Amino acid sequence: MDVFTFAIERRLADNSGFPESRFEEAMSLSNEQVTEIAHLARLQVDQADLPEYARNLSDILSFVDAMNAMETDSVEPLAHPLEMPQRLREDAVTEENQREQFQAVAPQVEAGLYLVPRVIE
Amino acid sequence: MEWETVIGLEIHAQLATRSKIFSGASTAYGAEPNTQACAVDLGLPGVLPVLNKGAVKMAVKLGLATGCTVAPRSVFARKNYFYPDLPKGYQISQYELPIVHDGELHIELEDGTTKRIGVTRAHLEEDAGKSLHEGFEGVTGIDLNRAGTPLLEIVSEPDIRSSEEAVAYMKKLHSLVRYLGICDGNMQEGSFRCDANVSVRPRGSTEFGTRAEIKNVNSFRFVQQAIDHEVERQIDLIESGGEVVQETRLFDAVKGETRSMRTKEEANDYRYFPDPDLLPLEVDDALVDEARSELPELPDAKKQRFVEQYGLSAYDASVLTASRELADYFEAVADAAGGEGKLAANWVMGELSGALNKAGLDITESPVTPAILGGMLQRITDETISGKIAKQVFEAMWNGEGDADTVIEAHGLKQVTDTGAIEAMIDEVIAANPDQVAQYKGGKDKLLGFFVGQVMKASRGKANPGQVNDLLKKKLDG
Amino acid sequence: MSETSKTVAELAAGLKAGEYSSEELTRDRLARIRGAGAELNAFVTVTDEQALAAARAADQRRQAGGAGPLTGVPMAHKDIFCTRGVRTSCGSRMLDNFEAPYDAHVVERFNDAGLVCLGKTNMDEFAMGSSNETSFYGPVKNPWDTAAVPGGSSGGSAAAVAAGLVPAATGTDTGGSIRQPAALCGITGLKPTYGRVSRYGMIAFASSLDQGGPMARTAEDCALLLEGMAGFDARDSTSVESPVPRYSEALNGDLTGLKVGLPKEYFGEGLDGDVARVIDEAIAEYRKLGVEFREISLANTELAVPAYYVIAPAECSSNLSRFDGVRFGYRCDAPQDLEDLYKRSRGEGFGPEVKRRIMVGTYALSAGYFDAYYLKAQKMRRLIKDDFMSAFDEVDLILGPTSPTVAFNIGERADDPVKMYLSDIYTIAVNLAGLPGISVPAGFSAGRPVGLQLIGNYFDEGRLLNAAHRYQQVTDWHTRAPEAFA
Repeated sequence: MDVFTFAIERRLADNSGFPESRFEEAMSLSNEQVTEIAHLARLQVDQADLPEYARNLSDILSFVDAMNAMETDSVEPLAHPLEMPQRLREDAVTEENQREQFQAVAPQVEAGLYLVPRVIE
Repeated sequence: MEWETVIGLEIHAQLATRSKIFSGASTAYGAEPNTQACAVDLGLPGVLPVLNKGAVKMAVKLGLATGCTVAPRSVFARKNYFYPDLPKGYQISQYELPIVHDGELHIELEDGTTKRIGVTRAHLEEDAGKSLHEGFEGVTGIDLNRAGTPLLEIVSEPDIRSSEEAVAYMKKLHSLVRYLGICDGNMQEGSFRCDANVSVRPRGSTEFGTRAEIKNVNSFRFVQQAIDHEVERQIDLIESGGEVVQETRLFDAVKGETRSMRTKEEANDYRYFPDPDLLPLEVDDALVDEARSELPELPDAKKQRFVEQYGLSAYDASVLTASRELADYFEAVADAAGGEGKLAANWVMGELSGALNKAGLDITESPVTPAILGGMLQRITDETISGKIAKQVFEAMWNGEGDADTVIEAHGLKQVTDTGAIEAMIDEVIAANPDQVAQYKGGKDKLLGFFVGQVMKASRGKANPGQVNDLLKKKLDG
Repeated sequence: MSETSKTVAELAAGLKAGEYSSEELTRDRLARIRGAGAELNAFVTVTDEQALAAARAADQRRQAGGAGPLTGVPMAHKDIFCTRGVRTSCGSRMLDNFEAPYDAHVVERFNDAGLVCLGKTNMDEFAMGSSNETSFYGPVKNPWDTAAVPGGSSGGSAAAVAAGLVPAATGTDTGGSIRQPAALCGITGLKPTYGRVSRYGMIAFASSLDQGGPMARTAEDCALLLEGMAGFDARDSTSVESPVPRYSEALNGDLTGLKVGLPKEYFGEGLDGDVARVIDEAIAEYRKLGVEFREISLANTELAVPAYYVIAPAECSSNLSRFDGVRFGYRCDAPQDLEDLYKRSRGEGFGPEVKRRIMVGTYALSAGYFDAYYLKAQKMRRLIKDDFMSAFDEVDLILGPTSPTVAFNIGERADDPVKMYLSDIYTIAVNLAGLPGISVPAGFSAGRPVGLQLIGNYFDEGRLLNAAHRYQQVTDWHTRAPEAFA
């Protein structure tokens, strides 16, 4: 079992994702598709810049599609160059309160809290 | 049509580590906002997660206690979404390769039978921070103290068929994590939270209906209410020609109903992928052995032992093993009472539980220690006091008047066993009730109880009831 | 001292001999950064005061007898390494106002060694670029020809070293970002094995590929600097717990019998003729040193670039989610609501190339596309690593060009991302496999430097540095300095 299984099971488990049709024809993304991707990534993209992004992204995707020429069914994916297990840390408190320093670089704080526009739940 | 309910529970247990899952910040509850959020918890640029071995070991313990397979290799993935309480814009979690999987939990049903509920998996992940809406105009405050607190998400199979079973499962798991010492189980503080996946289907059907997920229910009672309401809602919906939508719902404890969490449900695309900052987690035999060696006696084994060792009924044993604290208390009482398990069980489940309930106290807060209660039970078995007097003694002990011997001495409650003294009292009673004596002798045997009562009353309860009985019979029949 | 082409080793010797103090040296180089160097735009921040204080401290340390081998030597950090008290911008408007409350591990190590940091060097925004044109602070110019790019993303560091503003600088290399600018600016740059240098405090671009390393004039300097940078760090769980060899003491090994592979894919179509000629000459030099060459194949070289341009954007799309205008960094004016806060802060804070890569990565990881892009790229990654492993069964090192061309002109490729990405065709596979690689100056084409790349097996930096050093003992390309900055 490895990342391979990760992906297969992911596909089986995923029943909440995009409908397949959302990004049809990957080679050539439409302005609407770019808008959707930008939304997912929370990036404001000016309407006027959409065609250029669409063209750039389509070029990049066509370029990376070259990978599909390679038959890789039996290849085990490699997620990380270091093929070793992760090192663990002992359970000990090593950090002190540094709120003042951390919040000195924050855009908006009050009473020790980071502020954002009201979140509606 | 007859409907069958299908429920699967996802329980989030905050692990009782000292430090966070990927940083050295404290996990203590209730600190000033953002004073326990270090650079890693805040997701500042350039800092990196390092996994807490303590959290790994706790997950392994849960796995061992539920008969799960401990994965020799598991993977941390990133779940990507934007939310202000999620500082990095992704949650580090385990997705396809959890640390433990495929186990089971046995719950006791009301009819006394047990039922197996499959445990699909349990995986490690980090908790998010908290959004605070109160006290601000038009803004939300973010406290990230909780961000990075280790969570173990324990996912059941959809084996649960009623809200009662759901509660039994949740209670069983709640007890288990506290037995294991991996979670404090404090539901008010959110240490133990439940998401319930609920669907209905025509009885006999083998396919699952569309499920709704009820998020973040944090009490046993609410779980029951939320599921009952949701089942009713779904059945009404289907029977009136509607369709259940797969969605996330919230339980409104005030109204006792569930409601859809988002009116405009956005398709979630979490873009899971293996976290490139974290290599695969390998749990080797040494760590599993270490975790195993630290496992306490688990509830089911303890229950079985209580039945065998103390001769308790299965019911009593299961009540007494419901929590590790209660079981420990009981055993300490039984021990102090010279091994009188049944007597200890009666008192712990009866008088003591009643008093604790009335005072709203937990077993760990009992003003009567196991040693004091056990000491009193010894005075019952050695006939220093009767069971009835013992209730008086208990009350005095509860009020802090000292141990049983002190109370007995101070109130003069020692049982009268001197035959001469009892006979004198009997003679007085016989003399004072000639009519009853005549009726008794005329064959009305039931009146013996009346005489016993009169003698006990005369002794202010201190006469040994057995002796009174014997001596009375002798005198009246003789 | 006025010889700006002096190396770290030479300056360290001068300081040790008392020829000049660190303060004098620091003042000289600071003046140079402000003077002739200014037009290069190599620095985002120059830290005169801190530098002079550090220099004086280094001089005192030397007087007290506590100087280490690099104490008092000036250098600069790429502006991707977090520095307490000094802005760390990562070349982005997003972090234009960001001061990290901590030092990167590399910064700590160099501070402890007594190196004197003169400032933070310009770079492609979030290290995403091969020309330094994506920086919020404007492009860096190549000291050899100010019409040309210095390469990227560590272009500021490369230009600063090439122009003699500092003898050394740090860089980071995710797909060639140390080696390619080193080649284009005619200096030596080493990308260590993944895990050799802690990533703590180094702002992440693509976590499974990023690695910090030294950039200097010579392999000897890189050896000295790597000794200072490398080493175990508990705060990075991918940091390797193995002792750091004394690289600088193993530079003079005999190369006789060393087996070096020439990947035929690195000498094919796309390689500039002049660059090919320079590399041929370098091969001839190595033959004289007793090196045995053989042709090898790294069959999947061409697919390394597509694989990289899936994996790196995928990781970056997630790594850069933390820049959301909430806890630090750029926040848009008067956000209407939460979504507006996110979208405008990120939309205005990031430049176009960063946004492009975030979007490509977001797309590649999204449901329905994960297998076709991300998973496929991970499989390619395996094949690419396997290619290298088979090669290292036969050879000790691999040699080829660092970049297919010399430095191109500013603006020349800026509108064509794909063409830009192909600048990294010979460097990218090394990152996918996590191997160490070094770029060494090997000659010129039309007045612009050509870099020679050597690739080693895991943790074989010692052999890599030895081979590069021996070449530099018999050639003088690394001593050349651009006339305007000589």
